Amino acid sequence: MPPPLRNKSFFASFFSKKEESFFLERKKQRTFIPALLLLALYASPAFAFRIFVSNEKDNTITVLDGANFSILKTVAVGARPRGIVLSADGKSLFICTSDADHIEVLDLASLTVTRVLPSNPDPEFLALSHDGKTLYVANEDNSQVSVLDVAEGRIVSEIPVGVEPEGMAVRPDDKIVVCTSETTSMVHFIDVATHNVVASVLVGTRPRFAVFTKDGSQVWVSSEVAGTVAVIDVATHAILHTIKFDLPEVPVAAIQAVGINLTADGRYAFIDLGPANRVAVVDPKTFEVQKYLLVGQRVWHNAFSPDEKFLYTANGLSNDMSVIDVHALEVTQSVPVGQSPWGVVVAP
Amino acid sequence: MRRPRQFFLSTAFAFFVWSPARAADDIGIVYLGLNTPHHIASTLLDPPPADPGLKGAALAVADTNTTGRFTNQHFSLGVMNEPDAAAVEMAFRLALAAGKKLFVANLPADLLLKLADTPGAASAVILDATSSDDRLRQADCRANMLHIMPSRAMLADALMQYLVSKSWSRIMLLVGRDPDDALYADAIRHAAEKFQITIRADRPWIFNAAAQQADTGHYQVNDEVVKATQGVSYDILVVADEADKFGDELAYRTDQPRPVAGTQGLVPTAWAHAMDEYASTQLQTRFHREEGRWMTPEDYGGWLAVRAIGEAATRSASADPAKIIAYLHSPDFSVSGYKGPELTFRSWDGQLRQPVLLATDRSLVSISPQPGFLHQTNDLDSLGYDQPESSCHHR
Repeated sequence: MPPPLRNKSFFASFFSKKEESFFLERKKQRTFIPALLLLALYASPAFAFRIFVSNEKDNTITVLDGANFSILKTVAVGARPRGIVLSADGKSLFICTSDADHIEVLDLASLTVTRVLPSNPDPEFLALSHDGKTLYVANEDNSQVSVLDVAEGRIVSEIPVGVEPEGMAVRPDDKIVVCTSETTSMVHFIDVATHNVVASVLVGTRPRFAVFTKDGSQVWVSSEVAGTVAVIDVATHAILHTIKFDLPEVPVAAIQAVGINLTADGRYAFIDLGPANRVAVVDPKTFEVQKYLLVGQRVWHNAFSPDEKFLYTANGLSNDMSVIDVHALEVTQSVPVGQSPWGVVVAP
Repeated sequence: MRRPRQFFLSTAFAFFVWSPARAADDIGIVYLGLNTPHHIASTLLDPPPADPGLKGAALAVADTNTTGRFTNQHFSLGVMNEPDAAAVEMAFRLALAAGKKLFVANLPADLLLKLADTPGAASAVILDATSSDDRLRQADCRANMLHIMPSRAMLADALMQYLVSKSWSRIMLLVGRDPDDALYADAIRHAAEKFQITIRADRPWIFNAAAQQADTGHYQVNDEVVKATQGVSYDILVVADEADKFGDELAYRTDQPRPVAGTQGLVPTAWAHAMDEYASTQLQTRFHREEGRWMTPEDYGGWLAVRAIGEAATRSASADPAKIIAYLHSPDFSVSGYKGPELTFRSWDGQLRQPVLLATDRSLVSISPQPGFLHQTNDLDSLGYDQPESSCHHR
């Protein structure tokens, strides 16, 4: 038993001196943001794109100008907004308001909720088919996926899956949907034609998020408690590789893999590591971790700018959004948003 | 300090892909409980539930069967809640004779040892879902027993680490008259020495209970607590009263204004109402929806015991009890307990490694191990008896 360390702060034990100074720098940067924002506001005539962040604990969506990160509006929505996804035409945002037990549709022109869709209880996360017609909703509290016809606003099917379903993804050809169930620790492959689970693959404990590669040949699945990412071959359902994260300075329990995003050019995968407060940069060909980027606290989900030059992360504990320069692989800025940011989506 | 990752996934799991079709394999789990008369609680609030432990096990069977739909495994829980020890022993023998191998027990230490030593029990496994007795993990350990709940040593270490982190290094210890209180106090004394906490006074609680429910009884209780706590300088009062006989009457009545911890006040525990981190909200609401009450630590123990069996069945891809038991004992085993890291069994004493919550009735105060308490292989082993200190030789 090593001697206990006295008077060592929680913060200090998690982070090295270098990292502490990084946080202090970040705090300093924040004080300059208002001035920068003002300059940027004058410099940019109209926003090129907007960023939407769901804030789980204050029941809002923060709408930011993608050019300068000024907050355009904070929209009040139903209780506990978590998973968000953009409609196919880019004109609206579907919001899982989990504790309100439905999905709200935010009209992106008026920034008001114009429609409410049924979802069954506790919708946590959702995925939209690429043709924009069907939403697949994970009902965390009752172990099923609800299939929602967007035009009709009607649930057309309920698919039983494992306990605490969360991650949802649709293959680019819209023929296969995957769902991760957290307590069951499985990835369920659902045939869109029959709505049957055709295979269930056991992965690391508490799988949270799934994303298909652009060609649809692989699905990447993050496991929160195991702190790993499984890369699964969609044709054979075999796990091709399990990515692990080696961060000696972070407690093992804090390394929780959650959000994943892959660049269209196949160069990088960005994997959010939750309370490890880092985003791992992975080479999708070798599965090697190239770099860890220190971001805000409990980083959950992330989204690219339309040109994929920047990545934005929702940081649940520090109530901010980190901005990552994809080319330089550096964190350039942090922007305060709402309380407990959960999801982030970019609308061109 | 560089610490290797303890838990990782074997790529062998790549081969476990299930397709729905064939008939489910049945996996029978036997729950052994003892219906003992409940003591009268010191408060009308939170009356003790009639069947703590069992409802947690039942929820885990439902959870595990949801998974079983995809693995072609079906789990059933045979409940044997017996009126006395002899009936439990008989039920256990009958279950063994019927070929049952997977047992979840909510039983006291002496009875657990009798069951473990029953002829024919060597090839079975008893998951001790509720006890915290250190002797079951130490000199009285058994190879066919695994312990789900934190031991008293782990609870005491969890509290002492927190006191160190706050620099509250001087305690007063107040010990009830039950044998279990003496065991709790011993664990506190051992942990205090380990973490260099000074026990400024170590006193027995000598007053009779129940005055508090008489009219004007609160005056008497106040006088008693003042008498019991005066004449010494300390930072925090630590109480050993496992049966809730007087511990709730200490706060706000001490001679000096001091907080209370231990079996009441700030409690080191496996589970707490106030726990809502690490997605535990899902488990808490699922249990509350089924039972109309909050999950107790015993319920959590029952839940986790069945989940451990379920996880071993899923990961070993087998319904054969021998294979499930082998997997439970293997280094590949881990289970998620909604407390952060994956939970694994200590090879030297069969104890489930886990974070210990520090909670009051309405607030999660902290979770131990505290940051900075490191261990060469697994920080969770900074709680309780580590391998070099183990006196378990039966495993």
